[in-house]
Amino acid sequence: MLQSGMITMEHGSGGQATGELIGEVFASAFDSEVLNRMEDSAVVPGSGRIAVTTDSFVVTPLVFRGGDIGRLCVCGTVNDLLMRGAVPRYITCGFILEEGLEISLLGQVVKSLAKTAREAGVEVIAGDTKVVEGNGGLYINTTGVGFVPEGVDIAAANAKAGDAILVSGTMGDHHAAILAERLQIQTEIESDCAPLGEMVRGLVEGGIRVRTLRDITRGGLGTVLKELAEASGKCFVLEESAIPVSAAVRDFCGLLGLDPLYMGNEGKLAAVVPAEQAGEALEILRRSPYGSGAAVIGRVEEASENAKAGELLMKTPLGGVRKLTILQGEGLPRIC
Amino acid sequence: MDLEKIKKYLKEYSGPELKIMEVCGSHTGAIAKNGIPGLLSDRIRLISGPGCPVCVTPSSYIDRLIQLCLTPGTCVVTFGDLMRVPGSRMSLQQAAGMGGRVKMVYSPMDVFPLAGREPETCFVFAAVGFETTAPVYALMVREILEEGIGNIKLLTALRTMPGIIDRMCAAGADIQGFLAPGHVAVVTGSRAFEPLAAKYGLPFAVAGFTGPQILAALGGIVRTCEEARKGKAAGRVMNFYPSVVTREGNEEAQALVDRYFAVSDAVWRGMGNVTGSGRILREEYAGLDAGSADLTEDHKINAGCCCDRVLMGKMRPSECPLFQKVCTPLHPQGACMVSTEGSCYTYYSNHRE
Amino acid sequence: MCVAMPGRVLSVGGRTALVDFNGNRVEARTGLVKIEPGDNVLVHAGCILQKVSDREMEELNGMLKEMDELL
Repeated sequence: MLQSGMITMEHGSGGQATGELIGEVFASAFDSEVLNRMEDSAVVPGSGRIAVTTDSFVVTPLVFRGGDIGRLCVCGTVNDLLMRGAVPRYITCGFILEEGLEISLLGQVVKSLAKTAREAGVEVIAGDTKVVEGNGGLYINTTGVGFVPEGVDIAAANAKAGDAILVSGTMGDHHAAILAERLQIQTEIESDCAPLGEMVRGLVEGGIRVRTLRDITRGGLGTVLKELAEASGKCFVLEESAIPVSAAVRDFCGLLGLDPLYMGNEGKLAAVVPAEQAGEALEILRRSPYGSGAAVIGRVEEASENAKAGELLMKTPLGGVRKLTILQGEGLPRIC
Repeated sequence: MDLEKIKKYLKEYSGPELKIMEVCGSHTGAIAKNGIPGLLSDRIRLISGPGCPVCVTPSSYIDRLIQLCLTPGTCVVTFGDLMRVPGSRMSLQQAAGMGGRVKMVYSPMDVFPLAGREPETCFVFAAVGFETTAPVYALMVREILEEGIGNIKLLTALRTMPGIIDRMCAAGADIQGFLAPGHVAVVTGSRAFEPLAAKYGLPFAVAGFTGPQILAALGGIVRTCEEARKGKAAGRVMNFYPSVVTREGNEEAQALVDRYFAVSDAVWRGMGNVTGSGRILREEYAGLDAGSADLTEDHKINAGCCCDRVLMGKMRPSECPLFQKVCTPLHPQGACMVSTEGSCYTYYSNHRE
Repeated sequence: MCVAMPGRVLSVGGRTALVDFNGNRVEARTGLVKIEPGDNVLVHAGCILQKVSDREMEELNGMLKEMDELL
């Protein structure tokens, strides 16, 4: 019955309407024992080194090619945990609903969120719903909790000279998919939003001495690797021709004058691993359905005259060298 | 002849220093992205010119757009590039934050569905651009007239390339050759540069936008300069973009532009009024103009800004005292740092020196 | 600003043509040059600005011929 209506201020009252909404839309989708107790806070097991992250999702449109805000919020959150080598366990979701939001659309997003949480191996243990005035929008704030196994030390500053730099697939897909929706360009590009647990588990359990992991989200590869170069005090040197970009994304960027190196993803990671393990790491990444396009794209060098500490250099196919900086404000729409 | 030979030639050039200007902002970007400066002999210097329409638009144009977007019942429609350009007091982006109505689009033609849905609102398109974009505006005007649409207007800042190049050369710019703008030439034809090549005895090479296309065109310019020292004429136009550029250009597009737009004088940011370097709507279509005439005032945000000298090729962005210090893409002190095609932005974001 | 991209015309109708850029499809305005389905065209700001001459090789050859004359 609820599934056909629209969100009104009443659904945020805390009374009967709120109860109905939570029961019919949220509880049924999540089917979590912890949630079903309807307590003021969740009490869950876990100990050791805890990884915590929080994120807010404001993307429009709410549903896009290759995903929706529900799937996106789980992927964005668990991927942040994974990048420190943590095993994601729990997630909380705060929903801010605008008046006029179709309840069927909300239901679709929540089901997708629940499905992605199951895929990523995290349990939704706490949630909240508020309604504000507006025009049918939906925002989700999440917190993710994971546990870091003994002996795992993955951090931005760990890159060493000689290490190989890998990415798990093509650049810019999520960003292009969202922009295409916003600008009403028909495209076959799909968002790549995906949980990266299988890849990270594969690397860690496969004995790869992973130095650094980063999910390549807002700001794109250029921003992410520049930050890693700065954090480690090394120079990162890339081969432009080795960086995977799909033909569709390349042309999409050409149409709009954008650079795929600064377009965000929601299901791709950059990894720094010892050079001698690069081949093995590549194989592990490619074994995941989300990592089939993985590639070695460059290496870490000791700072020198021509390759200063904290610099990100890219050899162009012509044989030139381009120095990259972090993304400079471009006035593009928000993509996550 | 292959690319490797051209690269070797450009790297090993040992003649007198050559300054070559890339006039077009898209070339400036492509040169940085391909790492081309590092592929050249240090006797060949590339200089960025006034080929970013956003950068050369005077501040009074931005001020007028801001005034329009804050006027009830009016919506300004624009390419994204223009959003952050500083006017004398603020940018369009800031005006939008104050409640101004500004809509970003990919194509000027996107204004038609907007205007159809809201007949009571007047949509003003910020029609900036060079010869490449002028035919798009001409198509737009034709459709407005044919369909009798009453709620679309244009605020124009149309500029043309030969006029400004002539001005730079006449002012004694120290430039030995020009990488001519490929997409301007698609419309105008390579012949648009012939009078300039003859008048100043300088080589012009029309180039595409890939690395190899740019290198080949640079090779052509350098070679012509070398031949000139042996007595051959340097004043010639070469076409290194023949897949889309012909000598005559797109004559249908030229005719359409002529039908709706007259040649006019135009003010360039930092360079003042340049005779015959712009286009405005013809008098009979003045009803479609949202007040483009008289937007000649040009206000510097920071007295130290050297955009004018950068645009004329007299100074590299990195030589400006504000560059990278107080002037950055996040806090631009001049238009060249705002547009993603501006010389200063490109030098900053690619550490070009 | 003068960004323009080559694409292939899929269909033509009224004032527009559907142009494909490796899987991205844009309704581009026509009216500046005569085109038909299958043509390669240069699109700028949502308008077809010019036809691209048939073979890419022609481009390369043209370029290199221009250089050969010089070197």
